[in-house]
Amino acid sequence: MSTAPMSSPLLETAAAEPTAVTDPHFVRVALRSLRRNKVAALSVFVILVLAIVAIFAPLLAPHDPLHTFPSGLSNQGAPMPPGGKFLLGTDESGRDVLSRLIFGARVSLLVGVIATGLASLIGVLVGTIAGYAGGIIESILMRITDVVMSFPLLLFCIALIAVTGPSTRNVVMVIAFGYWTYLARIVRSLVLSLKEREFVTAAKTLGVPDLTILRRHILPHLAPAIVVYTTLGIASSIMIEASLSYLGIGVPLPQASWGQMINSGQQYYQTAPWLLIAPGICLILTVLSFNLAGDWLTDLLDPSDEVTRR
Amino acid sequence: MIAWFLRRLLQMVLVVLGVVTLAFIFSNIVPGNPARLVAGPQATPQAVQLIAHQLGLDRPVLSQYLQYMWRLLHGNLGVSYALEDRTVSSEIMGALPFTIQLAIGGVLVEILIGLPIGIIAAYRAGGFLDRALNIVALVGLSMPPFWLGLMLLYYLAYKVSLFPLNGTGHPLVWYLVLPSFTLGIGGAAFYARMVRTTMISVLRSPFIEFARLKGMPERRIIFRHTLRHVLTPVVTMLGMDLGYFLGGVLIIESVFGLPGVGLLAYSAIGTLDIPMITGTVLVAAVFVVVMNFVVDVTYTLIDPRVRLSRR
Amino acid sequence: MSQVPTPQQAPTTPPGGAPAGAPAGVHAVEVTDLAVHFRVRRGLGSVHTVRAVDGVSFTVGRGETLGIAGESGSGKSTIARALVQIHRPTAGSMRVGGREAVGLRGSALRAYRRRMQMVYQDPYDSLDPRMNVLRTIGEGLSVRGVARAEHRRQAAELLERVRLPETLLTRYPGQLSGGQRQRVSIARALAVQPEVIVCDEAVAALDVSIRAQILNLLKDIQQDSGISYLFISHDLSTLRFLADRVAIMYLGRIVEHGTATTVFAEPQHPYTQALIAAVPEVRTARVGSRPMLAGEPPDPASPPSGCAFHPRCPRATDVCRTTAPALRRKASGSLAACHHAADAPGGTA
Repeated sequence: MSTAPMSSPLLETAAAEPTAVTDPHFVRVALRSLRRNKVAALSVFVILVLAIVAIFAPLLAPHDPLHTFPSGLSNQGAPMPPGGKFLLGTDESGRDVLSRLIFGARVSLLVGVIATGLASLIGVLVGTIAGYAGGIIESILMRITDVVMSFPLLLFCIALIAVTGPSTRNVVMVIAFGYWTYLARIVRSLVLSLKEREFVTAAKTLGVPDLTILRRHILPHLAPAIVVYTTLGIASSIMIEASLSYLGIGVPLPQASWGQMINSGQQYYQTAPWLLIAPGICLILTVLSFNLAGDWLTDLLDPSDEVTRR
Repeated sequence: MIAWFLRRLLQMVLVVLGVVTLAFIFSNIVPGNPARLVAGPQATPQAVQLIAHQLGLDRPVLSQYLQYMWRLLHGNLGVSYALEDRTVSSEIMGALPFTIQLAIGGVLVEILIGLPIGIIAAYRAGGFLDRALNIVALVGLSMPPFWLGLMLLYYLAYKVSLFPLNGTGHPLVWYLVLPSFTLGIGGAAFYARMVRTTMISVLRSPFIEFARLKGMPERRIIFRHTLRHVLTPVVTMLGMDLGYFLGGVLIIESVFGLPGVGLLAYSAIGTLDIPMITGTVLVAAVFVVVMNFVVDVTYTLIDPRVRLSRR
Repeated sequence: MSQVPTPQQAPTTPPGGAPAGAPAGVHAVEVTDLAVHFRVRRGLGSVHTVRAVDGVSFTVGRGETLGIAGESGSGKSTIARALVQIHRPTAGSMRVGGREAVGLRGSALRAYRRRMQMVYQDPYDSLDPRMNVLRTIGEGLSVRGVARAEHRRQAAELLERVRLPETLLTRYPGQLSGGQRQRVSIARALAVQPEVIVCDEAVAALDVSIRAQILNLLKDIQQDSGISYLFISHDLSTLRFLADRVAIMYLGRIVEHGTATTVFAEPQHPYTQALIAAVPEVRTARVGSRPMLAGEPPDPASPPSGCAFHPRCPRATDVCRTTAPALRRKASGSLAACHHAADAPGGTA
């Protein structure tokens, strides 16, 4: 066997294709999957449109969302129905509903993305530390997580907002402070099983420092789970923001937010139902799109498989 | 087994302690002086000081905390700032029956809608009906309950006077239909998806295959063999749902004007009645913790596999 | 298979053994009375101690291969993990190149780790699926302080040493076969230029044909660089092929220890005899086909009295139930812990 000692290993059958996430051409894989999955493609499209609307709100809105139009109220002082100058009608103060919806998208997305981002950051940090360190640190962190998780999320946010006072910043903080627990639990259990994987032990025996192991071998494997739960988290955060605003303790007036538009419109629901229908549909579409996208990402990335696969 | 139970019990007590502490922190981070809120804007500084003394706000935080714990041990959640001379516990007790009715209604909706949809979807897994039902379920999960409530009121109570518009009218159950539906629909969607997943994995398991090979009729396979496995996790989740409903009822009760715990908390937000808010939140959280414990224990008693995997 | 040594890469792959400072003639590894105990909680308050490894001593010479065999639960993998300091020893001493390794911390521990590397059982789990071959091997090179610009060249050389083409550098583990992965695993270990490589069931998960290739490769690497192996396997035929000396473990202790030739030809301990009898390829005429091992190994948390093997031993007598036999030099020349094997004339261990 003196000839070509290199040839034999190559003859062994090359094993399984790389999974979606290890594939360097991840974007291409994602796009291909979107082409097959029309519902997911639609949800991603809606999210993109929402993002564009939110970013370019001042350019897209036909009117100033805060301006009270004298022509926006009927002679009896009632809101104007859709049509004419005000495409989706006006609200009880004579403001343009469409413009308020457009600016409302900004609030919803901003709150949803920042709050979930913060929550993910805290959750990943707590979960990783707890899972990797183990022992007493893990016990303490996980008991704190249990405590926060015992509060129904919405009630938790309501109580915190009630005592800190409503403001957009507080809404973001409160949601982040309530939502991190979910990711912390998931990340901890993932880290616990990753820690037992031999490639982590191998890095340890090579003499690679702990922080480098975390960065190089643990965090990348958490990415699919983080992506999936952050996407789903944005849906929940937007829902909570809307609920808080509906209860009158979310984003303060006169700033437009969908939940708060429903709140102020509900007194007129008998005469001006469009005040409820339009923001409601916006909310459903947004939350549904994020939920659908999260579902699709779960199928595509399979976050649990990534960690437990052997 | 007993050791596991004791450890789990200890863990529950620790979590309850944490919950109580967090609730105490909540009621102490109020910006501004709560005594001022109680006394009202016109009160003299002396009056404010007197009230602060009555509320124990002039004492060190640790002693306030200990006093708070001591009172809680006696079921005393404090006195409402807004409703004079009313204790938070008596208010909550008075409102609880309505909330319990609503919660039971919500659970019924979850089961009656969620289970059949999940089973049908699993049976048609991958097909058109399955995908359509999945989207319907996601729409259900994505619908803001307050908006759904308002829409139901508008179309089914105002446009068509099928249901009462407001409050707790006399035909006992009638006024509960719309609120229960609104409360339960999200959970129904959740269960539909969960039941579908469990059901699919059970239907693929060897013992179902064997039953089919024996020539057992499909209906018996579903009802005799599959449902049992599907129902266990559902029942577990339902136990915890009752606790989480206490969050949902706040919105539902304020939409439908039902005088339950949720409406109590909702009006407390308006008047910044901190003891009332933290009181209701605390009750909900403790309820969730206890429910978790009960569910965990019963689950372990029923299913020995869980016990083994816990070591 | 391949008897031809690979071309020696003199400047970049110096023989892995003999660091400059170490005194000559010292064993590569010298383990004395090593014990690794685990505390296992069973129920509230009751803590059991599992003596996974209990008073084990052995040495591995330079360029030598020591094979350790035993059933699962015998403690052989725990020894491997203690040597690479994944488990901390409860007691005893481990000297590598003459220097004590127990109790090292921080940078001293990381320096130690470079001298003792491990190749793992599962080729599908021991490589990070998100890192390509270059980065995987590069991780070891970085630890040794090799500049990043040098990584590609040195990694390619390491691949050549494990007989893989350079083109695999950009592949991910998912694109490699089991044998290729195990070769990459070996290359990663070689990257830090260790003196000893611990192979924990390193070929157990491979197909038989590929197993032979990897074993040959390991032998060739040893001939080139004088590296020492601690080869842990439940498969006696693998050990007979590779090991110079063998230690047989049962329930955390060594029950027989000697040169591979002697142990396989004249097993002294009934347990060794049973193990050998179970493998047709290594069974010799002298051992014959004894009855198979009956029953399961006992619970390590509550080991039997006396000789731990007595409940399963066909030759067990009263003395076995009460007194644990010491590891003594037997007539064959091996060390064995059995009351019923004849001692060497006048010899103790």
